[in-house]
Amino acid sequence: MNSKRLVTAVAAGAAVAMALSACGGSTGGNSGSGESGFNAALDKTLNPSEKKGGVIKIANAGTWDSLDPGETYYGYSWNFLRLYGRSLVMFKPAPGGASNELVPDLAEKLGEPSDGGKTWTYKLRTGIKYEDGTPVTAKDVAYAVLRSTDKETFPNGPAYFEGFLNLPEGYKGPYKTPDMDTSSAITTPDDQTVVFHLKEAFGGFDYMAQLPQTAPVPKAKDTGAKYKEHVLSTGPYKFDKNEIDKKFNLVRNDQWDQATDPNRKALPDGYEVEMNVNADDIDNRLINGDLHIDIAGTGVQPASLSRVLGDPSLKANADNPTIARLWYTSINPTVAPLDNIDCRKAIEYATDKTSYQTAYGGPFSGGDIATTIMPPLIPGQEKFDLYPAGADGKGDMNKAKEALTACGQPNGFETNIAYRAERPKEKATAESLQQSLARVGIKLTLRAFPQGDYFSQFAGNPPFVKANNLGLVVNGWGADWNDGFGFLSQIVDSRVIRETGGSSNTSVRIPEVDTMLDAAIAETDATKREAMWGDIDKRVMEEAVILPGVYAKSLLIRGKGLTNVFVSEAYGMYDYLALGAS
Amino acid sequence: MPATVITYIIRRLFAAVVLLFIVSMITFAIFFVIPKLGGGTPETLASRYVGRAATAETVRLTAERLGFYDPILVQYGHWLKGIFVGADYDYGPAVDHCPAPCLGYSFRTNQPVLPDLLDRLPVTLSLASGAAVLWLLAGISVGTLSALRKGSVLDRMSMGVALAGVSLPIFFTGLISLAFFSYQLGWTAPGGSYTPITENIGDWAYALLLPWITLAFQFSAQYARLTRAGMLETMNEDFIRTARAKGLVERRVVVKHGLRGALTPILTIFGLDIGLLLGGAVLTESAFSLKGLGQYAIDAIKNYDLPKVMGVTIMAAFFIVLANLVVDLLYAVVDPRVRTA
Repeated sequence: MNSKRLVTAVAAGAAVAMALSACGGSTGGNSGSGESGFNAALDKTLNPSEKKGGVIKIANAGTWDSLDPGETYYGYSWNFLRLYGRSLVMFKPAPGGASNELVPDLAEKLGEPSDGGKTWTYKLRTGIKYEDGTPVTAKDVAYAVLRSTDKETFPNGPAYFEGFLNLPEGYKGPYKTPDMDTSSAITTPDDQTVVFHLKEAFGGFDYMAQLPQTAPVPKAKDTGAKYKEHVLSTGPYKFDKNEIDKKFNLVRNDQWDQATDPNRKALPDGYEVEMNVNADDIDNRLINGDLHIDIAGTGVQPASLSRVLGDPSLKANADNPTIARLWYTSINPTVAPLDNIDCRKAIEYATDKTSYQTAYGGPFSGGDIATTIMPPLIPGQEKFDLYPAGADGKGDMNKAKEALTACGQPNGFETNIAYRAERPKEKATAESLQQSLARVGIKLTLRAFPQGDYFSQFAGNPPFVKANNLGLVVNGWGADWNDGFGFLSQIVDSRVIRETGGSSNTSVRIPEVDTMLDAAIAETDATKREAMWGDIDKRVMEEAVILPGVYAKSLLIRGKGLTNVFVSEAYGMYDYLALGAS
Repeated sequence: MPATVITYIIRRLFAAVVLLFIVSMITFAIFFVIPKLGGGTPETLASRYVGRAATAETVRLTAERLGFYDPILVQYGHWLKGIFVGADYDYGPAVDHCPAPCLGYSFRTNQPVLPDLLDRLPVTLSLASGAAVLWLLAGISVGTLSALRKGSVLDRMSMGVALAGVSLPIFFTGLISLAFFSYQLGWTAPGGSYTPITENIGDWAYALLLPWITLAFQFSAQYARLTRAGMLETMNEDFIRTARAKGLVERRVVVKHGLRGALTPILTIFGLDIGLLLGGAVLTESAFSLKGLGQYAIDAIKNYDLPKVMGVTIMAAFFIVLANLVVDLLYAVVDPRVRTA
């Protein structure tokens, strides 16, 4: 997720926070939210209300990747998009763990698998219309999915459909190959039925069907890369004015029919969204009630952290959810002596996990100490610890030394550690590892690289990694959705590694894991599948190619005057669909 | 206007065009050559414009769409051609034509750059011009008074405040003033407020008041110190003594003779400052979330959006050149010695 800021602003923000704390919170007493309390919105709805009206004001410190359902890949965008787009399936708008449940949206019910999970059929609800009054048909859903596979026009979107659908050889989307027969991939037997045909069985296809890419697009109104300037709404709100990268607003869509939609309440009259807003100013405005939502949902800035945690009235209006993201370090077996498993194990044992957690900001803004690859939110996650760091979390020196002796390096060895230059937390992590590993003679040299090219040119580029002895790579990954496939497929499957660079997987090359992934993907029984993800997690950890750091958490401020506030585990932030303005 | 002055202006404008070409070439070269020296390939460049976990095919297609497989000179040629004859852009179902002068399409948003720049220009223009009026008024008057009452309490106090103004960065004063005046007291508009002057002049001024004051605070500090130094020097010149000996009233001596002489270096600095600000008051726009050229530049750089970077760089260079040309012409008005030379 995108969050790039002026480093200097952080320093300034810290000063602002100090000054404001000194000012004393005359704006405090932020208790307008009824039964508020720290973490109160994690598992229940605060300020429940059915009252309609009002406008919700939203700010974004950055910009959207795209407002087009076929191209957007930001978590907050998927959360927000449900206001103007309806995909086949969606995550249930409910507090806490209940939000991980998939429920039908455009479809009448969840997908029906056949052919062992290779074919998935969805029946559309009747009576759903676009904002211009045109009825939605199954052909529009098929067209929307097909257009999203044109990665020359939509390079930002997820690439799951082109990977899994049985598209004909040489298909480049409906613009460039309009006459190509795509019935091997998607068919629409009638106006209400859409059928997906996959190359291989995929038991969790409903997760793909919840992607915004299945939100219908009428071919006659499609303007390709310009469609994001005016997306035709199927949800309760439609675009009124849209100035790309500046601001837009949503107003009620009078063609949306509540009778067709059991998931949305559509309480506010509209939404006003502003982009490129100073991140520290967003926090101030949230606290002072001038703003309802920081859309990115990644939490307050470092400057506001101590202010919020230190002021009981502010803290009572904040939530600290765990999100489906792991901050970790890749241990590259392509770099000697880390080609020896015992040398890798020495790193796992010698790491000071408490210091790693501190590097990420401690238990509130950083997260909980991790011992597995999958965070606890992912179904199937099993809590285990193959390399215990001792009661104080500072590492097991004896085990580390034993491992070093076993790998033929009893006095330690030297290697390099890469991190993103623009990320102070990653630099702190590299320094923390440098200090903790030095205790057993492992000498790390810090190498900073620009984040824009981090994976493409440097830490994710296998020849560069080898040539520059990047034994360790500070890394992080968030799930596309809360499921083993959504979390693991891009970071433990060796087949995603490209010699030209660009993959987040820099260290996991285990053929057995690839096979295990294929088996789990094909499994249609959810319970069995979840257990298989847990096994994969354990198998990768046995090879010691990933050093888990922290399961990420964020500190969110509840906007003043909002109703129906709760954290959705599925998105790791407040659910934007249920909110109302009091 | 004399023919020599017209020739001078034409010569300067021609030099400005040459300078803009050089600036564009350097920007282009920095964008492509430096990554190449670090081992970059068209694919690694293209991977900046794709979503996470993009496939190799997506990266290749993007490199192809953005023309990264062409030699750098050919790519520059395409960009240059757009300025003179326009450019075509394939957005999927059809092709869009960007008429000349076309500064290209954003790599990321697919929007043509020039309309974006022109859309944001009024914000920056409003910010810079309002602040300039404030800082010139405040800086010159405070500087003059300080010089005339050298060593007084007023002099020491105003120079102390000026020192603080120069030292405090805008992202600090901006956020502090927003937090205090907008959110605590509610006197000024919150961050991100802007109403075009054509819609409502009162709202326009209200929204920009705090950014103006914040920006002017820093600049007026410099100008106060510059004016004070200039005035102290000028007021000791022989012609001032002559003016006083002629029996001119002190106000006339100070304003017509003293201040006028001290203005020349201030005008030089003003030309550079206003030119730079018109190209984008980066920090002020970021602190106050104003959608001007400065914020556009930051956004472009953060996203490696070359056409946007090129556009905003050229516009900034254009304003610097223009402001300096105007200042050079104003020298003659301000300083009679330049006219006779």
